[in-house]
Amino acid sequence: MQHWSTTLTNFFVGLGLPEPVAMAIAFIIGATALAIFAPTLALGLIWITRKIISRIQDRIGPNRVGPYGLFQTVADAAKLLSKEDISPTDADRVAYNLAPILSVFGVIMSTAVIAFAPGIIGADLHVGVLFLVALGSLGILSALMAGWSSNNKYALLAGFRVIAQLLSYEIPMVLAMLGPVLLAGSMRLQALSEFQSLEIAGFNIGLGWTAFIMPAVFLIYFISALAEGEQTPFDLLEAESELIAGFHIEYSGMKFAMFFLAQFLNSFFLGGIAVMLFLGGWQGPFVDQLPILGVVYFLGKAMLVYAVTQWIKGTFPRVRIDQMMAFAWKVLVPMVLALILWQMIALKLPAPTWVQYAAILIGNLGALALIVVILNRHLSKEEIRTKRAFEPTSLIGTMQPAPPSPGN
Amino acid sequence: MLQNYTFVLILSGLALLVPVAAIVLGHFLGPRRPNPIKNQTYESGVETVGDTWVQFRAQYYLIGLIFLIFDVEVIFLFPIALAYQRLSLFGVVATITFVVILLLGLLLEWRKGALEWE
Repeated sequence: MQHWSTTLTNFFVGLGLPEPVAMAIAFIIGATALAIFAPTLALGLIWITRKIISRIQDRIGPNRVGPYGLFQTVADAAKLLSKEDISPTDADRVAYNLAPILSVFGVIMSTAVIAFAPGIIGADLHVGVLFLVALGSLGILSALMAGWSSNNKYALLAGFRVIAQLLSYEIPMVLAMLGPVLLAGSMRLQALSEFQSLEIAGFNIGLGWTAFIMPAVFLIYFISALAEGEQTPFDLLEAESELIAGFHIEYSGMKFAMFFLAQFLNSFFLGGIAVMLFLGGWQGPFVDQLPILGVVYFLGKAMLVYAVTQWIKGTFPRVRIDQMMAFAWKVLVPMVLALILWQMIALKLPAPTWVQYAAILIGNLGALALIVVILNRHLSKEEIRTKRAFEPTSLIGTMQPAPPSPGN
Repeated sequence: MLQNYTFVLILSGLALLVPVAAIVLGHFLGPRRPNPIKNQTYESGVETVGDTWVQFRAQYYLIGLIFLIFDVEVIFLFPIALAYQRLSLFGVVATITFVVILLLGLLLEWRKGALEWE
């Protein structure tokens, strides 16, 4: 499939421009399209979130501005634009002002390697997956900078939790991303999407998803992505009942809006990475005949994953910090390491490919069953312990007559 | 291949431009009436007591160190994963030993109580 930039360059060359100029113009057009696409998408995502959350909470949600309240977020953005930009006197100026810029920079940059359809990808880097991981770390850095530089105790506490949560969940997430890379033997996101095709009688139905081969690895990635996107079961960074607003407590106006934008886009792109690595990317029926259909498949799947995360956001309670840390280091990391190890062994079995894949699948299902059994036993023990702690101990037989005072 | 990075470079310029432009625009469009009380640190309306940038618990440092070890491991594992299909038996055994050592390291940290969060 021809890359979009080649098509555009050829078009400009056809108009009579020299080739380097034509290529530069093509790249600038593509980059501008991506840079505009990301904030526009964020406006839509915020609207979707509000609609889903309000339906879960038995409300209607935004329905006044525009059809179905679609322009509510535009109105909100305009309002934030006209707000006063307050920065506290005690803040560390450089880090305080740099943090919102860096957070948006990170998410817009990650659009560069998103494979929308065959041939439609900003830049099909050979190190695509590593590029995404590196940009994820930029988000962590900006949250830490915001928390530390605000010179506010709540923000600082949130900054500590950034270290605890985002760093801990980065490890299982990145190790889970290793699974599809090991299977496809490439870090190019276009190659990873191409790898997940499934031909039945010469027709590509696009259902060769790696999630079918390694469901446990996909689940680990999804849980870690929830934590990385600061979504609800793990939204300790902005636990509003404890930390008011978390690390962006001291931000107002457009700087606050930048953090907001980055957070929504980040959780969408984490879902998008899940789609590209595990759920087939742009693969689907008829995509070989009509490549542009890939955009529909990719965005549809990514929106579906995003809707699921918002569903979780609307229905799950928040976890405690010690439970969260224990879950990352004692459940997810050993499990994903063991699964990667098993996958490495399975891929070198002297057998046909389908036997290797079946071995990986059996290993994944076994790991899932084992973890469910262990967690179940642990949780039922916890339940008995908490019950005992709250039971009122009986006072009968513990009462003693008061000792005679020495005065009598 | 270098063209791809040219594209990334152009996009990085635009990705910096978007937030900077938005913030600068907001700075000029919004009102500006600073006063000392408004610019104080917001801690639920209570006056701030003491210094914010204090010494913090060593636990966070420990987590940071463990993260560093595993992150370096991941950086080593990605190139191995790319070449895995062409790897000889020696390479496979070496890789598996590498992962097993780290798994044992994690178990040691677990036994030593570095993963307990109080």
